[in-house]
Amino acid sequence: MPETAPTPPAPSAASSSPRRMTGVGRVLVVVYAIMALGATGRSFVQIVREFDDAPVAYSLSALSALVYILATLALIFSASERWYRVAWAAIVFELVGVLVVGTLSLTHPELFNHPTVWSGYGIGYVLIPLVLPFLGLWWLIAHRRGRTTGGAA
Amino acid sequence: MIAWFTVVLIAVACIAGLLCTVLGLAGRRPSDLSVGTQALILVLLVVQVVISIIAPFVGNPPSGDLLEFWVYLVSAVLIPPAAVIWALIERSRWSTVIMGVAAFAIAIMVWRMNVIWTIQVA
Repeated sequence: MPETAPTPPAPSAASSSPRRMTGVGRVLVVVYAIMALGATGRSFVQIVREFDDAPVAYSLSALSALVYILATLALIFSASERWYRVAWAAIVFELVGVLVVGTLSLTHPELFNHPTVWSGYGIGYVLIPLVLPFLGLWWLIAHRRGRTTGGAA
Repeated sequence: MIAWFTVVLIAVACIAGLLCTVLGLAGRRPSDLSVGTQALILVLLVVQVVISIIAPFVGNPPSGDLLEFWVYLVSAVLIPPAAVIWALIERSRWSTVIMGVAAFAIAIMVWRMNVIWTIQVA
């Protein structure tokens, strides 16, 4: 049988040689990783120290740390369709989180008498938590084509 | 923390951040200059560690949460080596930009540490 159209590339497992990210994507991953590091450190301290003082606020801190870690990992592996969708979910959750928590911290400050990563829309981190999900979504939208179907098996 | 040293540390980190970001966006790969800025920041952070250990014993205690302060400081110390390792593995212009991002992150962390040490009430 003669060779006809080239076979499509075999789906690569998410763990082996993901398609390389462009440079801007790497910078985005680094910023997410730094936010993950900062949020994890801060929520660790808050929960160890003062959980009873503001359990809602500190639970949200821990949740935000988990979201940043997940977003970082999902962006790193985003060449795979499954991780791409996880990245979408994590970043949308992050965006909703910073908007909701930011608003609540202004309208119901009694819930947030101790600051968290998303309080005041991330003002404690120079508003990076507010801008970052938009950059993440932009990157995901700009790179939505040509994904492998890794992890489908 | 010592006020003038904090200013120096934040200033060096911001200048390094700006320098590496501009060099990287201009297409320069990691060089002695850009990696050197990370080394300088690391040296200053190590000095900050020493200051932070000694200061409470000589009448300069933190007003805020010491655990939170040290979590920030340890995180900050980890960043320059990680950035340099990344830059040496992946010698592209974006690695230079990433070193700039790392330097800016350290500047913000040192700022937070200063707030914890001088303003925040534990």
